[in-house]
Amino acid sequence: MALAAQPQMPRVWRAETKPHKFCPGCGHGIILKALGEAIDALGIQERTIFGCDIGCSLLSWDFFNLDTIQTHHGRTTPVLVGIKRVRPELVVVSYMGDGGAYAIGAQHLVSSAVRNDLVTIIVVNNTQYGMTGGQMAPTTLPGQKTETTPYGRDVKLTGRPILGPELVAAVAPPGAYVARGSIANVVQLKNFIQKGLLNQIEGRGIAFIEALSACPTNWRTNAAETWRFIEKEMAAYFPTGELRTPGEAKNGQAGEGTPGAPEH
Amino acid sequence: MAAKPIEGEQRAFMTGNEVVAWAALAAGADIMYGYPITPQNEIMHYWTRMAPRYDRGFLQTEDEISAGFTTVGGVLAGKRAFTATAGPGNVLMQEAMSMAEMMRLPTVVVVTQRGGPSTATVIYSQQELNLTCFGGNGEGLRIVYSTSSHQDLFNYTIKAFNTAWKYRFPTFVLGDGYQSKMREPVTIYDPATRGIVMEECRPMVGLPGIAGIDREPAHLRNTYNLEDELYDRLTASIKDYQAMIPEVVEWEACAVDDDEILVIAHGVVSRAARAAVDSLREAGIKAGYFRPITLRPFPEEALQPLAARAQRILVVESAHGQLERQVRASLYGLETPVSGYLRPGMGITPEEIIGAVQQTLRS
Ligand SMILES: Cc1ncc(C[n+]2csc(CCOP(=O)(O)OP(=O)(O)O)c2C)c(N)n1
Ligand code: SF4
Ligand SMILES: [Mg+2]
Repeated sequence: MALAAQPQMPRVWRAETKPHKFCPGCGHGIILKALGEAIDALGIQERTIFGCDIGCSLLSWDFFNLDTIQTHHGRTTPVLVGIKRVRPELVVVSYMGDGGAYAIGAQHLVSSAVRNDLVTIIVVNNTQYGMTGGQMAPTTLPGQKTETTPYGRDVKLTGRPILGPELVAAVAPPGAYVARGSIANVVQLKNFIQKGLLNQIEGRGIAFIEALSACPTNWRTNAAETWRFIEKEMAAYFPTGELRTPGEAKNGQAGEGTPGAPEH
Repeated sequence: MAAKPIEGEQRAFMTGNEVVAWAALAAGADIMYGYPITPQNEIMHYWTRMAPRYDRGFLQTEDEISAGFTTVGGVLAGKRAFTATAGPGNVLMQEAMSMAEMMRLPTVVVVTQRGGPSTATVIYSQQELNLTCFGGNGEGLRIVYSTSSHQDLFNYTIKAFNTAWKYRFPTFVLGDGYQSKMREPVTIYDPATRGIVMEECRPMVGLPGIAGIDREPAHLRNTYNLEDELYDRLTASIKDYQAMIPEVVEWEACAVDDDEILVIAHGVVSRAARAAVDSLREAGIKAGYFRPITLRPFPEEALQPLAARAQRILVVESAHGQLERQVRASLYGLETPVSGYLRPGMGITPEEIIGAVQQTLRS
């Protein structure tokens, strides 16, 4: 489960801004490490634009040696889509929390998926709103206690947790890449992110990766409980793996051109 | 490279929305991002018909929030990007424009005012002055041009791109539904033939070289940890804004040497005000005319001496005191009485203004 010895920082990390600004034990740093390794592996530092949202993701505004734009809550994908439409040679990464992606920015997520926008979206699922102090998010598990569900999430009143990748997989056209990884399996997560970047580079369509993450600060958990929550409770509700890979036919249809591709 | 959209100068007879699309093409706009709303729609309609012929882009977004933020993305990437909206769309647009204000992003937004509040009418008003000048959770560090004719729409749409890219504040062209939908004669032209040089558009991200190796990365943010960090940032922007004012502020005045009553109006209403002042003069009534062209920054230095000289001020607008409030704020301390002919969401004729002037002089 854990990272025993700290291997080297990814080359694209900005050493001057390390140690990073996340809480001890936070999942964000692990996910950004996977992203950094994927960027290194593909050799795309020179043309990658990193966009971060409002939420704890904003703490990564100076994280990389990448041109970076920190946007508004839920609005990172539209900003990057705006960039990509006029500079198709760039690789754009939209990095945000589950609140940003599935609540306040849900219309942008759905619309980008339907348009098959050439953007790689990474959503950090930590089952609540981390930055604002631990309120319920669309991903909060049934019965889970948060600041706005102090007696546990009542699904009768507030619905069931959203399955983001499943949603994107259902609406995105052929060419999309959709996966869910976890900080509990960093090698797999890095692999998913790398495939997601490649999907954009090769002009096939949208790439969407949800990463199951940890927020020990708001969960109020120690290390053992944190890992148990991720590996047992979250994994039971949010299955990891690839949901859509490009080339595969959706609903029996053959693959077709990607409307978001720059040459169109 | 596609041919120039307009060679030299051409006389045309077209709607205001068509004029805006031509102006954006002539200005070298690279892409429009937009969401349908009346009375702005035909700007998109003309743009989508013409843009592909000149290698320009278009993206229809899921809402005006996205239209605003994709426009932000376009300018970050170093392209002349714009959007157009009205009414409730202008409300949604404000979130992205507040980011543009904070981060000094040269966005251009064309607003075709419709009735408000809420959905109201799709027809006409001047009720989006407050929103366009001061929408967003900030200080209104923007430039707002209020147009009164199709020629203005053409000229100021081109100018908006240059002002935005030169000074790096979000810039708005404030029209209205009447201007959008009516047809009138206009001269459209290639800006170069008038000696207008388009400002260079420099990217803010996606810069050449490897960040951290060949150069520093561009780390752009709108969030700050400390009060002082924010204060320093804003102080610098406010200083730039104030230094810019004398270079961008615009107004128009006539018959203001001996006027007893100064009529103040902006946008399409200023045409009725001008006509009313001309008629009143012919009838021997000493009326004067003042029109702010930039509503933000407001031409208060130009207005103050004229207002001090006049005995009465009458503000005429298709809103309930949005312009009047700006006028009063600019003239604070002056004793000239100010009254308003305020018709929210209604068109205003010269005859009505003549009547309002006569009534003001009698009272
Ligand atoms: C328009 C708007 N509404 C609300 C907020 C307050 N806000 C800041 S961060 C945040 C939640 C962040 O949660 P999430 O997106 O899940 O990211 P996390 O912090 O958990 O990584 C909220 C609601 C805001 N900044 N902007
Ligand atoms: S509050 Fe939670 S998500 Fe935010 S930095 Fe701390 S641990 Fe990470
Ligand atoms: Mg969260």
